[in-house]
Amino acid sequence: MDIFLQQIINGLVLGSIYALVALGYTMVYGILGLINFAHGEVVMVGALVAYSIMTALLPTGMPPVLLALLALLVAAPVCMGLAWAIERYAYRPLRHAPKLAPLISAIGVSILLQNLAMMIWGRSYHSFPDILPAITYDINGAHISLLQVVTIALAALTMAVLAWLIQRTSLGQAMRATAENPAIAELMGIPVNRIITLTFIIGAALAALAGLMVGANYSVAHYYMGFMLGLKAFTAAVLGGIGNITGAMLGGLLLGLIESLGAGYIADLTGGFLGSHYQDIFAFLVLIGVLVFRPGGLMGERVSERA
Amino acid sequence: MTTQPLLLVSHVCKAFGGVQALKDVSITLKRGEIYGLIGPNGAGKTTLFNCLTGLYVPDSGQFVFDDKPLVCNAPDKTVRQGIARTFQNIRLFANMTALENVMVGRHARLRSNVLSDILRTPFNRREEQATKDQALQLMRYVGIAHRAHDLAKHLSYGDQRRLEVARALATHPKLLCLDEPAAGMNANETAGLRQLIETIRADGISVLLIEHDVQLVMGLCDRVAVLDYGELICEDIPAVVQQHPRVIEAYLGSGAHA
Repeated sequence: MDIFLQQIINGLVLGSIYALVALGYTMVYGILGLINFAHGEVVMVGALVAYSIMTALLPTGMPPVLLALLALLVAAPVCMGLAWAIERYAYRPLRHAPKLAPLISAIGVSILLQNLAMMIWGRSYHSFPDILPAITYDINGAHISLLQVVTIALAALTMAVLAWLIQRTSLGQAMRATAENPAIAELMGIPVNRIITLTFIIGAALAALAGLMVGANYSVAHYYMGFMLGLKAFTAAVLGGIGNITGAMLGGLLLGLIESLGAGYIADLTGGFLGSHYQDIFAFLVLIGVLVFRPGGLMGERVSERA
Repeated sequence: MTTQPLLLVSHVCKAFGGVQALKDVSITLKRGEIYGLIGPNGAGKTTLFNCLTGLYVPDSGQFVFDDKPLVCNAPDKTVRQGIARTFQNIRLFANMTALENVMVGRHARLRSNVLSDILRTPFNRREEQATKDQALQLMRYVGIAHRAHDLAKHLSYGDQRRLEVARALATHPKLLCLDEPAAGMNANETAGLRQLIETIRADGISVLLIEHDVQLVMGLCDRVAVLDYGELICEDIPAVVQQHPRVIEAYLGSGAHA
């Protein structure tokens, strides 16, 4: 089996998910200059809601694909509502407060959501039912499952739709204008508060999809999963240049590949001293590296303009 | 031309800490008028603009525009009521194209919503095409159509000023407020600007103009108000204003008219 190719495939799956979550961070940062640290928890809620819907409907004997679709149709609105509430009650009152205040509020919301989730779903790991039949394709000795193909394709499609929404529609135009200068956008008649709310809601919809994908691909969901996932996606957003939409997509994919390849080769590199369960260190090495050497990220020219 | 007032500013006060930026200012702007607002630096001209366009909340006093009171502190509503403005220091969306900047200005008049945006209803498509056409037309109107697809930050200074005017016009205003539009322009550009302002008025839009270029103001405006230290010292036609002792004093110092 070709390890390199295999890790590229795994990296693309992981990277697609990071990218979807990173978009949520980056869109909010682009408009508010705020790191929404509760975003990882929104993904977690999405995954757990999807899990509950699927296990509840499993006995009906519905085809699993339909189950997943229904799960998404419930999880997405739940996450969107949650994001709306977070913005409205945890961030908006602090819009004009010093930068540190909303950040602390974000961490508070994050802890609150984790604990609420623990009360609702318990402390145990929940395993996701299989959504797609276990078909695997062979490419030059590497395996790619149907689920992985669908994950990558769906993430790519979603991101293409988002890019189109932002670049081509009047809503996207309003979002970009608001990101560049909220005060002037408002003077042009753009309802800035509504645009901010919408940005949170769109990010949450992506988060719900990402949550379902995590559950399906790694077949676990639990109340604490959002923390690490959120940090990784945040790293991806910083890597791409926070506030930059294309950067988040690129940073997500890149981080997934780095982590995956790192995990595949770390044992060889350290002579067996560190195993693949150390894969998390790569994300944070990347984060430190970017912050030290290129704080603006790969595509982030805007950081200097903002200052 | 009717003489019914378009904008009534009555007894507006605004203080920043101990500084009284506007003291009981009342002015009246008639429909179809080009109205100049002048005064030395720090006289309160821009503060009045900011109160009028909803950026600041005045401490007291009120604005009546087109027979309706203006809602304070809601710039997007002010735009919808028909007041648009440009800025002393240009504030475009630098990383969007010139055309997009103007299209954003149309936002106040759009009827599409998010749902129709996503679903691409025929109505939405038509509206978007119309928005684009109108934006292009406005860019021709101010004379920068050839730069439509360049990023705003790549336009020359004079063109950026014109783009700001086009963006403001896109909101379909009854009153256009220009904050020092000729600042930093050469004589040629200023002449072009003057022509543009006259065309805009001829097309039925009233203009409120803050300007330091006294020649431009006196030559262009129907009436002029002079602010000094937040107080209105005079409001009349240019010929009268130029002779007013307090105006001469404010501009040249108290010894000048002795």
